[in-house]
Amino acid sequence: MASELVRLSAGEARRLLDRREISAVELLDAHLAQIERVEPHIHAFITLTPEIARRQAEAADARIARGEGTLLTGIPIALKDNLCTVDAPTTAGSRILEGFRSPYDATVVARLRAQDAVFVGKANTDEFAMGSSTENSAYGPTRNPWDLERVPGGSSGGSAAAVAVGEAMLALGSDTGGSIRQPAGFCGIVGLKPTYGRVSRYGLIAFASSLDQIGPFGRTVEDVALLLQVIAGHDPADSTSVDLPVPDYRAALTGDIRGLRIGIPAEYRVPGMDPAVEEVIEEALRTLQELGAELVPVSLPHTEYALATYYIIAPSEASANLARYDGVKYGLSLPGETLLERYLRTRGEGFGPEVKRRIMLGTYALSAGYYDAYYVKAQKVRTLIKRDFDQAFERVDVIAAPTSPTVAFRLGERTADPLQMYLSDVFTIPANMAGLPAIAVPCGFAHGLPVSLQFMGRPFDEPTLLRVAHAYEQATPWHTMWPALAAQV
Amino acid sequence: MRLSREIVDHVAMLARLGLSEEERERMREQLSSILEHVSRIQELDTEAIPPTAQVITLQNIWREDEVRPSLPVEAVLANAPESEDGFFRVHAVLEQS
Repeated sequence: MASELVRLSAGEARRLLDRREISAVELLDAHLAQIERVEPHIHAFITLTPEIARRQAEAADARIARGEGTLLTGIPIALKDNLCTVDAPTTAGSRILEGFRSPYDATVVARLRAQDAVFVGKANTDEFAMGSSTENSAYGPTRNPWDLERVPGGSSGGSAAAVAVGEAMLALGSDTGGSIRQPAGFCGIVGLKPTYGRVSRYGLIAFASSLDQIGPFGRTVEDVALLLQVIAGHDPADSTSVDLPVPDYRAALTGDIRGLRIGIPAEYRVPGMDPAVEEVIEEALRTLQELGAELVPVSLPHTEYALATYYIIAPSEASANLARYDGVKYGLSLPGETLLERYLRTRGEGFGPEVKRRIMLGTYALSAGYYDAYYVKAQKVRTLIKRDFDQAFERVDVIAAPTSPTVAFRLGERTADPLQMYLSDVFTIPANMAGLPAIAVPCGFAHGLPVSLQFMGRPFDEPTLLRVAHAYEQATPWHTMWPALAAQV
Repeated sequence: MRLSREIVDHVAMLARLGLSEEERERMREQLSSILEHVSRIQELDTEAIPPTAQVITLQNIWREDEVRPSLPVEAVLANAPESEDGFFRVHAVLEQS
């Protein structure tokens, strides 16, 4: 049986740690025992770091004993393996980075270290965060704790599964087109993509730089607020991080959404939408209404172009970012007679199929003769998508939509057809295109699997997103439900 | 929209990706169907619309040009496949004439 300690929220654990009713070492041991039980079934981690975690937990206990504990002191956390860490390998799910040891910590990692948080391991991810199922990891897929035959979503599938099954209390992921929200939804937990610029990306292995954002996973909205509190803020090492004050996110969790105007976009009904998912979403919207929110129909007319726009812009930026894997500075390096031959072999054998596909797509879209028709055109459509949101937010405070059109799909179901895989991000991509914050919160079950409701907000208005997600969460039982695996194994 | 084999070969070379015969054929199929999907943006009139490169209207970020410690050379070179005297060792770029 799983220890009750792994069922605590980070907020509850914080209170127990500060009252010295539990120790950070006890809390870690409970999580390591859970990892031992469930990890062979789930494979949420590429690298486990129990020795590092133990040292951190001991340091945390010493700090708490001095009365100097902070928000995340002693809290067990999983880090997506595209976040650089000095004391453990960082692979980004790719063979090309096998054995790579970063000479520096990502800023978010350094901020957690400064709190004496506890790192249980580096979580599995689609290679370079490119994917929606974690099946593109060079280190094998992660499985969904609710049904081992199904994917956990992706690309941050390891982070989501680890939190859902009690291997970690919190996790960090990254979201370029839905890679935090979609797996949070598939695994029945909360995931937040902050506003572009809210969190430093120094030390995040770059995929698409105008879209990438680091964000938190937790089993409750309060936990996500706690983690956001620690990672948000300006960083001179990332010039795209914005120098705005960081609000007290937990202060936003008032439980009161009376009079809140929630926009319901007509365009978020697509062919291929599962009617059972749609029913669950409708019920969730009724709950919001009962809580006193006002549902306002809005229109985001360019939504249907968001996926196409994304699959030009993101691969274009990726093809430039991934040019750095040249076999010279770090990572895999295969010999050749000439420099060109080395490049071709190292990159041809080091990258997996999806990464190669996106590099090809992006290189094509940026190449002479196609640049204006694809890349510049896509950037113009991006302007239209952003304007849709600007106009909608003149009338509403947040926008509600499904996180995904379906529940978690089966392993192997979409690997043969890249376009089918891409379609699972159809509802999450627009927020990245517009740089907006968005949160995914569990809202029920369809076919026995979690369904997720997404709220999108105005730039830097994470407090309103957290407030509405929290009010909904507290009015419903979904955050108290666990996959059977978490307790049984 | 059907990609020609010449285009696939050309793009693979631009991207410095060594692809097998089989990969090139599969890439031609898959990229063709993805490009067909993304080409739907062509139906929008964007004549008067400015492009968006990034969304948070950031201006240039300035800082004082001060000498600060860099990453330790040994730690950086520890990942290098080949290094020599504190430098990355690279295959010759220019051939002897």
